[in-house]
Amino acid sequence: MTLIERMTAAKASQDYQGLIDLVPYASFLGLTAAMAGDELITTMCFADHLIGNPALPALHGGTLGALLESAAIFELLWRAETAVLPKTITLTVDYLRSGAPVDTHARSIVTRQGRRITNVRMEAWQADRNAPVATAHAIFLVMRS
Amino acid sequence: MPDEPDEPDQRDERAARKLKMTLAFSRVVPHNQALGMRLIDITATEVVIELPYDPKLVGNPDTGTLHGGAITALLDGCSGAAVFTALAEPVPIATLDLRIDYLKPAEPGKSVIGKATCYKMTRNVAFTRAVAYQDDPENVIAHSVGTFMLSTKLGKP
Repeated sequence: MTLIERMTAAKASQDYQGLIDLVPYASFLGLTAAMAGDELITTMCFADHLIGNPALPALHGGTLGALLESAAIFELLWRAETAVLPKTITLTVDYLRSGAPVDTHARSIVTRQGRRITNVRMEAWQADRNAPVATAHAIFLVMRS
Repeated sequence: MPDEPDEPDQRDERAARKLKMTLAFSRVVPHNQALGMRLIDITATEVVIELPYDPKLVGNPDTGTLHGGAITALLDGCSGAAVFTALAEPVPIATLDLRIDYLKPAEPGKSVIGKATCYKMTRNVAFTRAVAYQDDPENVIAHSVGTFMLSTKLGKP
């Protein structure tokens, strides 16, 4: 089966985690996914190899960017009727606080879905959802066949 | 960054800092080590870092292309290193924002090189540009601009 076929199968069986496990990089980051109400929450489980600054300690900025980008891609895959792998065109991350060495959660909102272009906003938080560690927006090329 | 020739003591200081950064880059930063990133070169104006190809960093297992997140981590890492290199004295820095344009997917099986420069430094903020490429520096796969806050306490802007 191709990736898209396996993703379609995971969606059909409501297997959020199965969708994530198809992507090697998502496993490397330690991502998990779960529905909370009608929100798809992607979580990056803390591990030592995610640290960028051992003196603080703080998460590597690249891991937060990667979590936010992944959360948006999973959201698009999850919501889409036909699974198409979105291509990231631009990603802009605002770093608001240093990331503590704990689990980090992310969620995404599709702000506009066009025929080719989809705009998404993302936010990541740790203990306090009202104090995000990073926010981002991304533009994806999603070509439906 | 000044373009006039360095005084010998500046050269020595820069060489010492380069050695220190080379050692610190992957050994002291766990995520850089986990990604397998290697510091290739530091000059007064540029930092060059290699991200070797690794199957665990793949985003699409059908094609074997690297996940955009790995490129994000590479460009974030070399942009921050470019700010450190450009600083007259080492001070703590924190990323304010980073924008990445993905121009095309990385070719599977090949390293990705990140090259960053800090093109403007003010009292509080540093501005960076970076590109990611594979064989040819002119054939860019991703481009980024970033801003960094200087002299942060505990890394907080």
